[in-house]
Amino acid sequence: MATLIGGITTSHVPAIGRAIARDLQADPYWKPFFDGFPPVHAWLERVKPDVAVVLYNDHGLNFFLDKMPTFAVGAAPEYRNADEGWGIPVVPPFKGEQDLSWHLIESLVAEEFDLTTCQEMLVDHAFTLPMALLFPGSAAWPVTTVPVCINTVQFPLPSAQRCFKLGQAIGRAIRSWDVAKRVVVVGTGGLSHQLDGERAGFINKDFDLKFMDSLVDDPTWATRYSITELVELAGTQGVELLMWLATRGALDGSVRKVHANYHIPISNTAAGLMVLENAV
Amino acid sequence: MAARRQIPGTTLFDGEQARKGYALNKMCFSFNDAANREAFKADEAGYCNKYGLNDEQRAAIQARNVLQLIAAGGNVYYLAKFAGIFGLDVQDLGAQQTGMSKDQFKAKLLAAGRN
Repeated sequence: MATLIGGITTSHVPAIGRAIARDLQADPYWKPFFDGFPPVHAWLERVKPDVAVVLYNDHGLNFFLDKMPTFAVGAAPEYRNADEGWGIPVVPPFKGEQDLSWHLIESLVAEEFDLTTCQEMLVDHAFTLPMALLFPGSAAWPVTTVPVCINTVQFPLPSAQRCFKLGQAIGRAIRSWDVAKRVVVVGTGGLSHQLDGERAGFINKDFDLKFMDSLVDDPTWATRYSITELVELAGTQGVELLMWLATRGALDGSVRKVHANYHIPISNTAAGLMVLENAV
Repeated sequence: MAARRQIPGTTLFDGEQARKGYALNKMCFSFNDAANREAFKADEAGYCNKYGLNDEQRAAIQARNVLQLIAAGGNVYYLAKFAGIFGLDVQDLGAQQTGMSKDQFKAKLLAAGRN
């Protein structure tokens, strides 16, 4: 059986791609952000995942409003990045883990999550930048991948509670995958930020810190909020915390916080990072 | 239907916005492709015609005005691709929408970290 080794949640701000391309990791603006990652690299080195299931939200690279799935699962042999229109470098392709894709699809549909399945799928910065942060300088990615995309573009969005339950179902599916591989769940996005409207630049540090704490000991805390309430508390794009909630849902019961970092601002965003593993 | 909760300075991109903004967002989605960005630059009005933008959307595109683009149904993820044509990032957009200079907008973000 597969082993679910833990979850990593991180922001995915496009500017990170520019910073990596320009080697700005030690720049004073960027250092407090990039300094959060060496402990994650050490953890990954120790737990050695074979596969990453990446929960993220597409920003108009693979999906447009003509067809907007609430939940989409990749089932492709390979996932490519592409031009998103504002010029961050395209990263090398990612190898898919198709057996796990189909096992996830079968398990999730059996649990009444009616998915869109994608045998061709471009992955945008919300998928690629976290991978670049977790596995820097790799000539080839050391893990195979399964992308899981959650709609945060067009309302209605799936509720926080629904996303948590999706995560729980993903966790059950991974643990019941009949292949002896080690799987990490990666959730990308957030934390508080808002790009649009007169409220652009909104950040809510108190809420973010409370949310991060809740993921350790009180994981359903944020599921009490409606999507509109989450937008009010975390900003229109801060609602990407749904990916963090789903990631936490995938982990069983009690967890141990391996590492966390939080820094304001990266671009318009409160950048967060957490590594959680199941408590033994 | 229950009254919708209003968040000041915030437009939720719901079905109403998605219907209103479809042509505008479709045009902006096309800017993922460098050739389309060049085609827009070469003939702005012709490119807007091709996608069937209405007068409000055309005027907002011409004015490069983010709040007007949102009012016309634009979604910020697609609008960011339009802004990319002019080398503008999300902090430029934030500054414009809040009536600040980019430096003022950056200072506001830094201040959020000190609270």
